[in-house]
Amino acid sequence: MYRYDQFDHQITAERVAQFRDQVRRRLSGELAEDEFRILRLQNGLYMQIHAYMMRIAVPYGMVSSDQMRMFAHIARKYDRGYGHLTTRQNIQFNWLKLQDAPDILADLATVEMHANQTSGNCIRNTTSDEFAGVARDEIIDPRPYAEILRQWSTFHPEFAFLPRKFKFSITGATTDRAAIAINDVGMQAVKNAQGEVGFRVLVGGGLGRTPFIGTEIASFIPWQHFLTYAESIVRVFNEYGRRDNLYKARIKILVNAIGIDEFRRQVEEDWKFTKDGPCTVTQAELDRVAAYFTVPAYEKLSDVTLPTDNKAFSNWVARNVKPHKVAGYAAVVLSLKNAGIAPGDATEAQMDAAAALADKYSFGELRISHMQNLVLADVKQADLFALWEAAKANGLATPNIGLLTDIICCPGGDYCTLANARSITLAKAIDERFDDLDYLHDIGEIDLNISGCINACGHHHVGHIGILGVDKSGEEWYQITIGGNKGSPANIGKVIGRSFSFAQIPEVISRLLQVYVAKRDEGERFIDTLRRLGPDPFKEFVYATPVPEDEKLKLPDYDLLKVGTPYSLPLYSPRF
Amino acid sequence: MTTTKQIIKNSAVVNDDWSVLRLQEGEAAETVAIPVGKTLVPLKVWLAQQSALLHRADIGVWFASDERVEDLQDHVAKFSVIAVDFPKFGDGRGYTIAYRLRNRAGYRGELRAIGDVLRDQLFYMQRAGFDAFEVRADKDIHEALKSLKDFSITYQASTDEAQPLFRRVQRGA
Repeated sequence: MYRYDQFDHQITAERVAQFRDQVRRRLSGELAEDEFRILRLQNGLYMQIHAYMMRIAVPYGMVSSDQMRMFAHIARKYDRGYGHLTTRQNIQFNWLKLQDAPDILADLATVEMHANQTSGNCIRNTTSDEFAGVARDEIIDPRPYAEILRQWSTFHPEFAFLPRKFKFSITGATTDRAAIAINDVGMQAVKNAQGEVGFRVLVGGGLGRTPFIGTEIASFIPWQHFLTYAESIVRVFNEYGRRDNLYKARIKILVNAIGIDEFRRQVEEDWKFTKDGPCTVTQAELDRVAAYFTVPAYEKLSDVTLPTDNKAFSNWVARNVKPHKVAGYAAVVLSLKNAGIAPGDATEAQMDAAAALADKYSFGELRISHMQNLVLADVKQADLFALWEAAKANGLATPNIGLLTDIICCPGGDYCTLANARSITLAKAIDERFDDLDYLHDIGEIDLNISGCINACGHHHVGHIGILGVDKSGEEWYQITIGGNKGSPANIGKVIGRSFSFAQIPEVISRLLQVYVAKRDEGERFIDTLRRLGPDPFKEFVYATPVPEDEKLKLPDYDLLKVGTPYSLPLYSPRF
Repeated sequence: MTTTKQIIKNSAVVNDDWSVLRLQEGEAAETVAIPVGKTLVPLKVWLAQQSALLHRADIGVWFASDERVEDLQDHVAKFSVIAVDFPKFGDGRGYTIAYRLRNRAGYRGELRAIGDVLRDQLFYMQRAGFDAFEVRADKDIHEALKSLKDFSITYQASTDEAQPLFRRVQRGA
């Protein structure tokens, strides 16, 4: 993976010093909160309900074992012993003090990490395919390009105060696992007739209040020009994106308002000044960066026949082990979706354990997936059984990847100041209702996504089943969408009807699944049956009879997280 | 009695005698009276009163954040000072206006940031092409000056560096 050179180190160190001084000025009162807010956000620091939250950038999801151990250290030293993996392949810590933030950044810098631009109206962390470099359907490894984008976008002087946040995603494979169509800019590697590498570029995708699937702005941008082209897109957005309404400020609104043809014309009008200019990526720079993403020292192996006499192991292999382009190897997903635990949460012990597993079985590297799990990308098939046992001992082997309980979920009302409703607790209630593994395996692949508010951090629009927390006169309700899909092809789900209470949701899910089980053809996934039949049979069955509430879900165990902070600090959440 | 206004210019705190004309309620670009002395006028005032102002050397022009460099393109060389207004420091359009003035319109004179100009944005402003900063009056301008040195290295090209880092240095050490 990429390693810092002296320049990366120096820029990171100077950033830590800059933020340390900004925090000092905030604590002394020299900086007012409204001036400080944007500065802290651009260093990944949010003020949440109970404490400060820091979102640490994990560029395109790649983590070394040393970096993973640093996360464990941060969890132990500054937080409450755990962290949370995000859908943008980052990690965040929920219980921090403002005073500690500069030290955390300094600790991160020792392992070549930072929290730059993980929030704020700037260019965010670029996401990519969690199987980059090992997927069988890969045209090119997208990571060198993602790293070049990271450096270009880091502290770009023109684009730190955009109308709204700006997200790139990049994939090098034919199957889109990076959800490029729901990013502000999505890039997909393609080769032209001459075999040259370039990118098909989508623009204006995004979820939130007004979800859009990205539109193709260019079918082939040669790789040398992908940075200058990206720069022109962001420049036009910076000038013309709306700034009068927070909810209409994303690039998708601009592209939709003026049309893709006019937007493309403006981008190309700007691009003609920079195309072939000094920001054109050189072969030397691509080679320099690509050299960090070399093929590991694979042994020459053959594919292994795995034991079939252990049902638990076989279940895990069926769900959590993915194909690898090298014979005798496999990619393994370590599930962070365990019953009763917030989806994507990892304890410090699990982080240390995952780091040790990476060292022992996968060349010391891990990836964070946008599904909020961990991936060991280069595991020998012959090691799978031993790895499974070790992962199981650390609660990292739940055999549910791609299944109903592999829920994508935002922090929701328990932590987030924006949320209308609980997400994590709802995920827990769904986990408990559907705890029969045989049933889950029978239902098969299904994406269940939960967002606590319209900002859609839980990507509910692109869940096969999406759940959105809505506020009705101060009460939390949930709206259900079905038929969304995150990629290949991406589409936005449709709302099925009036919303439900928290305690009704598990029964609603159950009814949707009952329709699928009754109507599915051989080999069909939930989404396939839904596409074939359309949403009506599902809607009709859900609303046919009154949906009972699960009385258990009204007990205090499921209540909103109300425990206050142990810290008595002045510069702190408005709720306390 | 008024104290002399100070700005940051070419990385130093200096006295300054330019005033900024802002249209008040009820005033129109076509008819507003232009004071004597060094005055930065709104772009639309200059466009409306061009013929009368053309021969005054003590007139500069300022851009609002929603105005376009193209509207002045052919005339930039006439001015020794052009300013860009930041209505709020979070409004980032001024950075692109500066970039376009320097890199598309070829403006070489003083480019001044005015309005909600705060210490923690000066580094980016300097990179985009500003060389003068009218720091918000309630802030310590000498403290603000320090931020121009927040970073000694930058990754990307902008107005201040024509080359991205990968063309400037031998990387990988």
